[in-house]
Amino acid sequence: MERVKNFDLSRTSVRELNQFLHHDLNAEHTDQVEILHPDGAHSIAAGVNAPVHIHVRGHAGYFVAGMNQQADVTIHGNVGWSIAENMMSGRVHVKGHASESAGASAHGGLLIIDGDASSRCAISLKGGEIVVGGSVGHFSAFMAQAGTLVVCGDSGPNLGDSLYEAVIYVRGKIHSLGADAQEEPMGHADYDAVGRLLNAAGMEYDPKDFKRVASARKLYHWNSEVHQEY
Amino acid sequence: MSERLHYEESASFNRDTLHYIRQAAEFGLYEIRGMGAKRKVPTFDDLVLLTASASRYPLEGYREKCSSKTVLGTRFAKKPIELDIPITIAGMSFGSLSANVKEALGRAASEMGTSTTTGDGGMTPEERQSSKTLVYQCLPSRYGFNPDDVRKADAIEVVIGQGAKPGGGGMLLGQKVSPRVASMRTLPPGIDQRSACRHPDWTGPDDLKIKLEELREITDWQVPIYIKMGATRVREDVKLAVKAGADVVVIDGMQGGTAATQQVYIEHAGIPTLAALPLAVEALEEMDVFGEVQLIISGGIRSGADVAKALALGADAVSIGQGILIALGCNSSTYVQNGEPHDAKEGYAKLGTGPGFCHHCHTGQCPVGITTQDPVLEKRLTPEVGANWVKNYLQVLNMEVTTLARACGKSDVHHMEREDLVALTVEAAAMAKVPLAGTNWIPGRP
Ligand code: SF4
Repeated sequence: MERVKNFDLSRTSVRELNQFLHHDLNAEHTDQVEILHPDGAHSIAAGVNAPVHIHVRGHAGYFVAGMNQQADVTIHGNVGWSIAENMMSGRVHVKGHASESAGASAHGGLLIIDGDASSRCAISLKGGEIVVGGSVGHFSAFMAQAGTLVVCGDSGPNLGDSLYEAVIYVRGKIHSLGADAQEEPMGHADYDAVGRLLNAAGMEYDPKDFKRVASARKLYHWNSEVHQEY
Repeated sequence: MSERLHYEESASFNRDTLHYIRQAAEFGLYEIRGMGAKRKVPTFDDLVLLTASASRYPLEGYREKCSSKTVLGTRFAKKPIELDIPITIAGMSFGSLSANVKEALGRAASEMGTSTTTGDGGMTPEERQSSKTLVYQCLPSRYGFNPDDVRKADAIEVVIGQGAKPGGGGMLLGQKVSPRVASMRTLPPGIDQRSACRHPDWTGPDDLKIKLEELREITDWQVPIYIKMGATRVREDVKLAVKAGADVVVIDGMQGGTAATQQVYIEHAGIPTLAALPLAVEALEEMDVFGEVQLIISGGIRSGADVAKALALGADAVSIGQGILIALGCNSSTYVQNGEPHDAKEGYAKLGTGPGFCHHCHTGQCPVGITTQDPVLEKRLTPEVGANWVKNYLQVLNMEVTTLARACGKSDVHHMEREDLVALTVEAAAMAKVPLAGTNWIPGRP
């Protein structure tokens, strides 16, 4: 049986909430945590390392589920900057829109954003997987090293600037590619990857509609031909 | 025309400048190198201490106690850092340094009761295990940054910039990116790794405040959070760091070192450590947090005299990088293997340099086994030998600081004060804001 614990942030501090999430889940055998009245609070459920279901009922601020490990966090609203930054594992689902730097430096786990994500989504990505139902802003996947970004809408300017080994799939229009990013043909592995991630995110698009963007790898070694970009 | 005029060297286009322009013309690339600024700038050498005489009472140099205990992070952290000496080891990455060296630094720091710092590229188990007090850096690249290591850290240092390249990111050239380094950084081995200059998840000082709160939440407000910055607009930057909620502010002057960056950056950006320190102190005083927010100064600190003068000017501690490398044998003509000294000159010659002049850390071919990932070269410095040298060096520095403090009549190194100092040059007097020796004139003061 699921043991549910409620936190009303209009009456309880984020500190008390996180203290519980870090130290007391086991003692109280909690499987699910309901967070009410988040009202834009920051750092909700930051640093959790447990297989717990967390529901944030409303709009939340910056760094929600920061550095998440194992937890399955759903935000029933919009979020501020840097949702699931540096996530290592688990799943974070934003039912609304996300502001800047969504999934920044995520090493693992799955981030789903039903709406749009603003600039620098997936910046510095290090192995995490991100599915955005809407569009992403400029400089998304900047210096992304590993992992996957799936964008079901459009992408803003400079997509994938200085990309390393991460791969981006975009269904809609790409405003422009950043330095060293290039569009490449989709292969079977790409269709499979997009299909799997859309399925995990509960989004029903045809993988065949997506374009693949990856690194041209021209900035991998310092040389005079590309000095402007270095 | 006289012989002398036929060979008159141009001040503007001297041999160095000619060489620089020809290199640029030939290769079309700027120069990348390691270490810090080589140009002459005012330093702590331009200050002297007014030790005791008839008007002040000295402490007995060998008998009376002089405390060097240093506490950092008293503002918000539940567990401030307590060190036995006011000298810490600066952040230098695994990748830039070998794993042996990281272990040596941890051992030496632990023996001396001080802290060491991770650097870009993450925390290695060797380093954590060997370091009693380890500061974990949160850098723009976030290479290897993870919550398990955050929880293992004794303090977190959010790095906004460093003195060698304030405003710039890092670079680890492909030849240093071994499979282990690559996997810690989630990148393919052998490719150049450009570390970003801006953090991925915040940009301005208002965001930084929220970022610090997130880190505090993740660590349950237990450990201190430092903010490290290269010295440029020091007064404003320190105030913003205080406002963002830093427990400790670290200011790195332009003489601070790096493993690799553009030469033009190293020599032409930032202000000298001597000028930066008083600005940082004034900023803390103006915010009314002097003593509450601790200040660490770094960038070209070499000797116990440097440390003593930095403390007298208002720093709580110093941080040393290049001095530590030199203690480990950097720029030495020999390295020690199996207890025997071996000639390292051939290694320097391969890099086109010689002992005493090397700044080739970026190549990964360090002739004395410090800044390398090469399995043959890294054997040139074992953790045991390295730890002993660094421990000795730190010990000498602390003995020198306490000697000078006692001579100033202080039973605690932190009791040294600005009025214990005078300057030997007008420039140093203006920067350090202490009187020119033999006068009571501080340039710029009425
Ligand atoms: S000797 Fe090694 S550590 Fe020292 S400057 Fe040369 S390469 Fe760098």
